[in-house]
Amino acid sequence: MKGIQHISARIWLSLLIFAGFATLPLIAMATDDPFLLLIGTRILAYAIAAMALDLILGYGAMVSFGHAAYLGFGAYAVAILNSYGVTDLGLHILGAVALSAIFALLTGAISLRTSGVYFIMITLAFGQMAYFFFVSLSAYGGDDGTPLQARSTLFGSDALENDRVMFYTALALLIILFAGATRIVGSRFGRVLIGTRENPVRMEAIGLAPFRYQLTAFVISGCMTSVAGVILANQAEFVSPAFMSWHRSGELIVMVVLGGIGNLTGAIGGAVVALLLEDWLAVLTEHWRLLFGVFLILMVLYSPHGITGALERFKGGRK
Amino acid sequence: MTNLFILQLLNGAQLGVLLFLIAAGLTLVFGIMDVINLAHGVLYMIGAYLIATFAALTGSFWLGLLLMLPAALVVGLVIERLVIRPLYARSHLDQVLATFGLVMIVNEGVKILWGTTPLSVPLPALLSGSIPLIGPLQYPVYRLAIIAAGLAVAAGLYVVVNHTRIGMLLRAGATNRDMVSALGVNIRKLFSLVFALGAVLACFAGAIVAPILSVDTGMGESVLILTFVVVVIGGIGSIRGAFLGALLVAIVDTLGKTFGPILLHYIMEPAAAGQTGRMLAPMLVYILMAAILFARPQGLFGQRAS
Repeated sequence: MKGIQHISARIWLSLLIFAGFATLPLIAMATDDPFLLLIGTRILAYAIAAMALDLILGYGAMVSFGHAAYLGFGAYAVAILNSYGVTDLGLHILGAVALSAIFALLTGAISLRTSGVYFIMITLAFGQMAYFFFVSLSAYGGDDGTPLQARSTLFGSDALENDRVMFYTALALLIILFAGATRIVGSRFGRVLIGTRENPVRMEAIGLAPFRYQLTAFVISGCMTSVAGVILANQAEFVSPAFMSWHRSGELIVMVVLGGIGNLTGAIGGAVVALLLEDWLAVLTEHWRLLFGVFLILMVLYSPHGITGALERFKGGRK
Repeated sequence: MTNLFILQLLNGAQLGVLLFLIAAGLTLVFGIMDVINLAHGVLYMIGAYLIATFAALTGSFWLGLLLMLPAALVVGLVIERLVIRPLYARSHLDQVLATFGLVMIVNEGVKILWGTTPLSVPLPALLSGSIPLIGPLQYPVYRLAIIAAGLAVAAGLYVVVNHTRIGMLLRAGATNRDMVSALGVNIRKLFSLVFALGAVLACFAGAIVAPILSVDTGMGESVLILTFVVVVIGGIGSIRGAFLGALLVAIVDTLGKTFGPILLHYIMEPAAAGQTGRMLAPMLVYILMAAILFARPQGLFGQRAS
């Protein structure tokens, strides 16, 4: 790899997180807690989704409020392909990515004609459109969703039925996608993307069309998120439009911001923290959403250098 | 067929004026304060819960409505002071996060205060029953009253926005906030006023629709996104855009759900037409939005190309 000579602190931190994840099955075995692996797999899936969102939110200043749609595309790709007898994980991912690429290309091309508040609202609306499509898809359970007959198969074997194999597969996917995303932001493409975040007009002045770069990043991000959807469907062995509700999109943004935007490792950490916080608050009270909401508002209002400090550059781009 | 069409057109108009009442506040908050407020949908829900409580307490829908309005104003002012005001100078991302937190708090708070069982509000006796339209066609008086109330508010807003000093400041604020502030207008007061006005309008919409819907915790969610579509189509900051956008969205949505499957029968087999129609109908408004944005990214009456 190109960056081997100067592995940054960020990469080391990521390796540490991945190593922590890798020991989870051992802890699960020692404590005899099989749910730990299911929770871990869910966290890994959201880590992928949050990282994918960070790619456009952090590096491209595109606040997409419809990213849960891609989780749904991934999940439904598993359910739909399964019902046609296609059970291979690789093909499921391929299907999810293809569907997401088409949707992201079409909606991204329209959404990116705007920016700021418009962009947020339009991506939200398109996400909701996808949500309603699957709500009315009665062949796959409509609003109620549909259980999966079995998990995806891996090269013809049903190894994924084992929670530990499922967990490590999800971890492997996270690491592969993290490496890919790191390559992307370090490449010329990534630098142009960051440039458009900082100042689109200047990028145009030096002869680069921001739209094409932003749209490409938008599509890549959507496709990556759909991989998380494939994992989620397999983890829950159940698929429903609830994966795609706009609350889920909001939670993805929370994860990215919680970990600090514009560095992929933060999004992974944010996903871990947000989901653990949710689970912890849910143990405390059934009204945990109230506490989570209070936490969100306080975090935004009273962390002058925390998240807002990191967001200083956003203000520069405001219109 | 014509009867069904008229019936659905009226239903569409009724949904349209409700959407307008909610969108009017939202578009002003976006346009003048440059704040994205995800919590606007829950205000609509609060309005419904308030009238359910007050109507039960007083035993009268009208007294309930009368008590609801000042309560809505207080709710609006409190939310503006506590959550929205600190967000004026913040990025859109911060605004999204904080108001998303507000949505979670209010949704959960309503569950704690009122429970999860849907409430119902009795129809006021004065407006119950149906009136004949043409031929055998009947239409509930109350739904017509909703349309009338919505149109009356729209007319009132038109007069306020176009023919009063406050309205002039609102229009100026939507066009150029900084300039209005520089000319010595207390912009903070104007913001509070705009937000409270929007809150009252949204609560009013929730209150008048309460007798014909079940009042539950999910009711804010469904309208929020539709209202966003309305604001985007109409153009941010434009009341006129919100009005036309609301009617357009509501009528396309209502007619699409009824006539989509019927029209598809001509080109498909009945079973397939029903299925496709049911799948396409909820997507119609978003396709409409996409088409309008493709032609005019700033919306129909947008001032600023954002």
